[in-house]
Formats: sequence, structure tokens, C-alpha cells
Amino acid sequence: MTDVPIDIAHVAKLARIALTDDESAAFTAQFAKLFDYIEELQALDVTHVSATAQVIPIMNVMRDDMIRDCLDRAAALANAPETSGPYFKVPRILE
Amino acid sequence: MKNSSTTVTEAEAHDFEPVIGLEVHVELKTKSKMFCGCRNEFGAEPNTWVCPVCLGMPGSLPVINRVAVEYLCKAGFALGCDVAPFSKFDRKNYFYPDMPKNYQISQYDMPLTTGGGITLPSGKRIRLNRIHLEEDTGKNLHAGGAMSGSDYTLIDYNRAGVPLMEIVSEPDISSSDEAEAYLAELKAILSYIGVSDVKMHEGSLRCDANVSVRPRGTTALGTKTEVKNMNSFRSVGRAINREIARQSERLAAGERIVQETRGWDEGKGATYSMRSKEEAHDYRYFPEPDLVPLALEADMLARWRAELPELPDARRKRFAQQFGLSEYDAQVLTAERSDADFYEATAAACDDPKQAANWLMGDVRRALQSAGLTTLAQSPMTAAQLGELIRLVKTGAITGKAGKEVCDLLVAQGGDPKVIVAERGLGAVTDTAEIATMVDQAIAANQKSVDAYKSGKANAFDFIVGQVMKVSRGKANVEIVRALIKERLG
Amino acid sequence: MLTGHEIRDRIARRETSALEVAKRSIDAVAASEPELRAYLTLTPEYALARAAEIDARIARGEDCGTLAGVPVAIKDLFCTQGVRTTSGSKILANFVPPYSATVVAKLEAAGAVMIGKTNMDEFAMGSSCENSGFHPTRNPWDPSRVPGGSSGGSASTVGARGVPIAVGTDTGGSIREPASFCNIVGVKPTYGRVSRYGMIAFASSLDQAGPMTADVRDAAIVLEAIAGHDPMDSTSVDVPVPHYADALREDLKGVKIGIVREFESSIGGDAAMSALYKEAYASLVRLGAELVEVSLPHAKYGLATYYLIAPAECSSNLARYDGARYGVRVDGDGDVYQMFERTRAAGFGPEVKRRIVLGTYALCSGYYDAYYVRAQKVRTLMKQDFDTAFAACDVIACPAVSCPPFALGAKSDPVAMYLMDYFTIPMSLAGIAAMSVPAGYVDGLPVGLQIAAPAFEEGRMLGVAHAYEQSTRFAWARAPKVGAA
Repeated sequence: MTDVPIDIAHVAKLARIALTDDESAAFTAQFAKLFDYIEELQALDVTHVSATAQVIPIMNVMRDDMIRDCLDRAAALANAPETSGPYFKVPRILE
Repeated sequence: MKNSSTTVTEAEAHDFEPVIGLEVHVELKTKSKMFCGCRNEFGAEPNTWVCPVCLGMPGSLPVINRVAVEYLCKAGFALGCDVAPFSKFDRKNYFYPDMPKNYQISQYDMPLTTGGGITLPSGKRIRLNRIHLEEDTGKNLHAGGAMSGSDYTLIDYNRAGVPLMEIVSEPDISSSDEAEAYLAELKAILSYIGVSDVKMHEGSLRCDANVSVRPRGTTALGTKTEVKNMNSFRSVGRAINREIARQSERLAAGERIVQETRGWDEGKGATYSMRSKEEAHDYRYFPEPDLVPLALEADMLARWRAELPELPDARRKRFAQQFGLSEYDAQVLTAERSDADFYEATAAACDDPKQAANWLMGDVRRALQSAGLTTLAQSPMTAAQLGELIRLVKTGAITGKAGKEVCDLLVAQGGDPKVIVAERGLGAVTDTAEIATMVDQAIAANQKSVDAYKSGKANAFDFIVGQVMKVSRGKANVEIVRALIKERLG
Repeated sequence: MLTGHEIRDRIARRETSALEVAKRSIDAVAASEPELRAYLTLTPEYALARAAEIDARIARGEDCGTLAGVPVAIKDLFCTQGVRTTSGSKILANFVPPYSATVVAKLEAAGAVMIGKTNMDEFAMGSSCENSGFHPTRNPWDPSRVPGGSSGGSASTVGARGVPIAVGTDTGGSIREPASFCNIVGVKPTYGRVSRYGMIAFASSLDQAGPMTADVRDAAIVLEAIAGHDPMDSTSVDVPVPHYADALREDLKGVKIGIVREFESSIGGDAAMSALYKEAYASLVRLGAELVEVSLPHAKYGLATYYLIAPAECSSNLARYDGARYGVRVDGDGDVYQMFERTRAAGFGPEVKRRIVLGTYALCSGYYDAYYVRAQKVRTLMKQDFDTAFAACDVIACPAVSCPPFALGAKSDPVAMYLMDYFTIPMSLAGIAAMSVPAGYVDGLPVGLQIAAPAFEEGRMLGVAHAYEQSTRFAWARAPKVGAA
């Protein structure tokens, strides 16, 4: 069984999810088998292979600089868990 | 606290030389946002120019604004850059409340342009590393105005998704003066080609400085810090000086410089560490799967390049050469493209480039100030009107003094100079017979001066001229007055 | 209940009305819902109003579209304006989109009548519908078993004929596998064939919307209605949409069908499944097809490749669910980041968390080249495998699944669940067209045959599937346990 190389606590922080210790431990165990498969990829010779950037061969998709209808403010704020006047409201940001 | 002149000496005292690179973010003046059709407008009511795409709602997808790409390429051409034959967008992943998707669509390893540079007035060339396109974030407002101490944050997403051009220079800048000159030239070029309002106070131009020092004459780069939060070109200069001093002091004391982000506090005149207790960001860049790459066609690029107007430096040189202006005058008159256009039109209208320059830099500038205006563009006066005024003064139809009066009125209200002159009776008196009468009057009333003149006192002549002007309430054509007095007195 | 096209024809001939059909559908669904729980949101008032409107327009002689009056179920990751859309997740339990997905708009333009939003594995991550943040859905053929996933709700309700057509999405097999499990037709179009605008994203370079229907003709009609270039989706391709129904054929004379050596070797370990597929291939031959052996040598790397690329993209796509602008927020002490962490911990289920962790890791500095980039390179190799294979055949026929529908709770090990996608992942990674069509039973439970075609050759693919379907008639069977006639 391949060792699972992930520092789950570090990654969970980057992903902004508060994982419990139990969850972290469970994930490590659950990933183990998957990493067996993932490690097989390392054996392949891909030196002359380019990464698939896009599976469909199209380029230069752009739109004209035209103004379209926006959402009206009420619709924009309608799903917000908390608002204050015309603003979205979230807890404070510490720097 | 040291003032800026001694802080620069700090570096020199320890034989350090500053190494500075600037990252400038410029909001592009497109009609709609970078990836959606919301209006791109500064100062609108909060959260009124938003849609599912720029709010990052579930299922929304970005679509590239063609004109944003055009504006960046034009900026690239104006700055001597190479447009990449193949370019793509990447996601820059991090969490922050002003970023609706918690990733920013930007460009990482294949920016739209590379290379290029800006030549400072001193002749020194500052090379550019790259220019890339990305989307702007929303704006956080903290209760009470300051971030610390507030319980909550309010967010306005109007600005989220506005197209942003990031211009990264090489660390070729060696002083705060050079930094300010670089910014001024960059601003002039970008406003000339019309891709941005480039107003720091409105946020359409923002600047971060990467600052390090090293022993004079060496080539290895020292540890740099990134300085942010400057709100004017002067502020950038002050912050750079302060940071150079801080680093010099540290290094001289045997300490090491920590690579970090530092904020500039204008009030305190100092930089402060912005490093939070967590690790540095791992942006986990990967190619944006919702967009396809750009391989811009040669004819389109050629067409954009051809659409560029004459750039500030070229225009300055041409003004100096074609109109015989001094370097300084050419600089002043080309600072804003609209001003330069106005000057050329005025010069053509009165057929006198030198006069046009003098008027614009002198009386017109004064008149703007008295009218409470900051730019020529704010005045209703047209180049044709100014040109006409200059001709009236040149031909003596009105005196210089009257001309100043008409100028003030034109700048404040616009109008036809001839009509203004007629309405206010400002026309010069040019009728020789009329003037002859006044001259005879003055001679008769000032026998003493006449005698003084005849006995060799030259300024007595001017006194008599002055008397005639007084009688005519400044309207007599002074050349005719002088000629007639000379005729009478010899 | 009949097929979609039969219903549409009857309505057009005034033999029944859209309103009648809608009522029957609503009743059928209501009858089976307590057991199947295929829906997260039912929209009966909307459906009745829409149906009445269509009847009125038909009465005026208006053409209401190719699906006029046909009831449709919509997987709950398609945004529907004014109607709650959750993507199967508690974190969006209260989200009401102010706009509709392009696919939804097109279905409406074609006259389809939405009966409700169907259950799914949370954020399309799963193969059994057991990862739904709300409740599992059950298989109409045996309610103790899963309907497959992630489009389990759509598969179940069509399988039970509550509705004749549904739309789902397929990222690694999420249409084909549940279609196989519920004895219906499920199509994953070529990547870029159908717009992704308004479709809540899981893995951007893999997700595709597609029809899940009672029969192949229905799939052809629905695909034609939803396919096409969309200026709101930069990855949607500007290629004309054929009238797919024209491609439906009755025999396979002159058709070369590729049989994948590696897949046959894989399925060979299960006697019953192997026999079923051998019989399926024999049917193809009886219809006049020529079988050709092809090879997909890199198919075995599919799982690892997919489970690096899809989680990487989803870790980024799901970053927006933070409780700030929409969806659920968990209040508490601390700063905004603590709110994010709490909200996401409470709002996401374990499979979603697993994939976000895995995906974030694969993109981390220092690991990006070894994992994400390498996986994208292996993806290129897998695509090249298909290019080579299709040089020797017109379509590929192979298993859609490794087993018949399993019992709820049977696959608790995540990787065992991931292995359910073994036969479907390679087509997703290559971006080509693939579908599942009913192919018989093992232990009385449905199993589907997968047919794959080169990019934008859906017509060819549907043609082969139609011939097979018409000769074997497995799609005609009714789920014995639940469902209205």
C-alpha cells in the first residue's frame, strides 16, 4: 500500500474546510488504495506528450464589448445570508 | 522620524543602491466587464452592475471581452512589447471575500505580452517583463472605515470582473524619482492611447513597489519586499524612500530582510508588515478550463497596431522640431493628449505655434485657475476660439490687456472673441486720426516730458506713451501711438 | 407511460392533452415518490400551468416544439429560475437561482413540461446517489438497491416511467451508469456539444449534460433540442446540430464495431456479466455488424487520471461555496475565514470533502507537475488510444458497468465506488460521445450496453443503439416493483 503523501491538515486549511481529526484520519485511510493507482501513473513515460489543455480544439472565443442586462440589486442580494442596505455582509476580515 | 532627504542618505551612507521594480494595475476603459456584459462604471450605486457571472453564482461561466484584449495589445504595442503568439488564462486560487469565486481568472505562465520598456525623460530605459490580463475584485468596506476593530465587512461587487491589465517592470528602477517618472510616462502613454482613465485617486491605476537594496556596484539581487497601499505617485516615491531607508538600516545593523508584503501608512510615513500568522499563499495556478486559449491573428494585430495614435514621446519631439518649442514647453503641452490636440489646433487656427504655446501656458492656464477649473477639457473654449483671439491681439485689433480679459471670458464661457470684443467695447483704437488727436493732447499736457525727451531722456518717451494709453483707456494701438509721437517729436 | 415521442404525437393528434399528460405524470410520481424519493423539489403547479399554456397554443395552431407537452425531470444541478436548485448539497439547500441554465431554457423552448428537480449525488460526485446531502434515491427495479449516480434521481424516475424523459450530467459516467442500472437510455454527448451555462460545475473539462430517456428515439429528440453553440459558454462548440432522428437505423449492415480487448478481459472475471455482453455483441452481429478487436492500452490508468483531474477542477469550482453571497451560512464567533471553514465543514458531505482535499493537494506547489500535469498528459495518451481505435471501427461497444445495481450501503469504501466508473471514465477523459442502452438482466436486474463514437458522431452512435434496441426490446420492459403504466 502506497503511503498517502497528503498533509491533510495543511490542505484543508488551503481549502477553507474545518475538518475534524476523525475526518482527517478517515480520509488518509480511504485515499490509500487510490494512491496505489495514482502511483502507477508515475511509471508512464510522458516525456514527449503534451498535457491536454482543452479536449476540444477551439481557440479565440471572445465576445463583443456590449452591455447586457444585469441583475437588479434585489435579485443579486436575494440569496445572501446577510445583507446591510445595498451591501453583502460577512464577518470581519482580520489581516 | 527622519525626513526623506536623510533617509536616502541612509542608503548612500552604507553604500547601498536601491533596486526597484513596479507592478502597476490598470483598469481598462471597456464598456462592459472582462468576462460578462455588466457595465464597467466607476462610482455607481453598490451592487447594481452585477450578474450571475461576476457574482460567481453556481453554473455561471466567463466569456472573454474582445476589446479588453485589444486594449492590452495596443498598450503592448505602445510600450514596445511582443504580443505572444499563444496565450491563455489561468485560475489563481485563494479565498477572500471580495473575490466571488474565491479564485481570480488571471494569466500565469503565458501572458499576452512580454518584453517592452519605458524610456524616462532622463533617457534611461526601464524594461518591462510582461503585461497580462485579469479580472478585478469587488470592494470591501469595513465598518467604521478601518479594517481593524470592525465586527463585520460590507461588500460591493460592482468592480468585480472589471478588466485589469497588470504591467510588471524589470527591477531597473534605481530611485524614487525614477519610479515617479516611470509612472508619469506610463500614465501619459496609456491615456494617449485611450485604454484607461489611469486615475490613481479613482483606482483605475494602482501601483505596488518591489524594493530591495544591495551593495553598490554588485549585481546579485537582495531580498525584496513588496510595498502596497500608496494612493498617489508622490506617495509611491515617499514609500519607496522609506523602505530603502528601513532596509539599509537593517542590513547595516547586521540583520536580514524578511521577504514580505508591507503596507504604506501615509499618515505615519512608514511601512508596516502585512504578513499574517498563516503561511504565504499557494495559489495553485492551473489553466482555466472554462476558457479556450488565444492565438491572435496577425491581421487583427496589425490593424490594432495601425490604430495607435502618435505617442507622447514622439509628439513631444515633433512639437519641439516642427513648432520650434523648447523641451520644457513641449513636455507641458503634451502632458495630456487632449491638451496636445488643442494646442495643435490652436496653432493652426492662428498660424503661430509660438504664440499659441505662450497663450496656453500663460494666460489660459491663469484663466483656468480663476475659473476654478483644473483641465482645459473642462472649459467650453474651443481651439478655434483661442486661435481667433490670438489673431486679434497679433493684428492689434485689441490690445494685449484686452486680450487677457477676453481670454478669461472664453475660458469660463466660450464664445466668439469678435462678438465679445464688440459687446464689451474692447476693440483697440486703430484709427490714426483718432490716436493723433490723443497724442497731440498728451504732448500738449506734458510739456515737461517733451522737453526731457528732447534733451535725451529716453524714458520720457515711454511716459508720454503711457499718458496716451491712459487717455485711451488702454485701447489705443500702442504701435501707432509710438509711431505718431516719434513723428511729432523726432 | 409511453415514450416521449409517443406522448408528443398523441398530443399533436389531439388524442390527449398536455394537461392530461402532466396530471398523469404528477400522479405517477406522487405514487412512487414515498418509496423511490427520486426528487428534491416537485413543481406540480408550474407543470400544470405550463401544460395548460401549451394546450392553448396548440389549439391556436402554434408549433410548440419537438417536445411539446412531454413531461421532463431535471437533475438538480441545472439552475431553474425561481425554483430551488441545490446540486444535491445542503450548502445550497435554500438557493433559488435568478436565472435558468441554457439546457433548461432550450427544453422549455421545445415545449417540455418540468415536473421537478431530481436527486443526485452531492455536486455530481458519486455513482449511487447515496452521497446526496438529503436522502438516497432507490432503484425502481429493486428499491433496496441504488439507482446509480450521480444522475440517480433522473434515472430512477424515468426507469419508473414517472416521466419519459429527463436530463442528467455525465462527468465520469454519471448518466451512463445510472441509465444502465435503471434500464433506460442515457447519452453523454461529445464535450462541447451541449452548453454548460447554468449547470452547477463539478469538473469543468469533463461535465456534459445529456438525455436520460425511455428509448433511443427520445434521446435523439432531446439531444437535438438541447445541443448547440451557446455564446454564454466559451467551451461550447459551434458545430451544426443534425436532426439526430434521421440517423436512427434498423440494421447494422456495413458497420464496424470495435470490441475493446482490455475491457473484455476485465469483465471476463464475472461469468454472468460476461455472458450478457457476449450476447449483446452477438445481437450486433445478427444485425449485420462486423466486430473488430481494438485496444485502449491506457484505459487502466483512467481511474487515477480522472481522480486527479476531476477533484483538482472541483476543488476550485467549489471554492465559491463559502456562505458569503448565497446558500447556507453557519454563524458563530470569529472572522470571515472561520465562517468559511465552519460553513463548508457543515455544508459539504464526506465525499465532496474528500475530493476537495485530494484536488487541492494535486494542485499544490511542488505536487502540481507530478499529479495534475502528469494526469493531463496521460489523458492525452488515452485520447490518442481512441483516435487509433476509431481508425479501425465506426463505434465501440463495451460494458457500461461492471455489475448490476448493488444494494444501498454495499459499497462503503470510496475507492470501490470509484471503480464503478472504470468503463465510462476513458470516454469522458477523451471528450468523445458515449451512451448506455438497456442490454438485458443479471439476476433480474438491468444492465446496459455502452456504445461510444468519435467526437460529434452522436448520430452514428444513436443509429447503432437504435438498431440494437429495436431488435432486443429490453427498453420495453416495465420495472416490476414501482411505476405507472
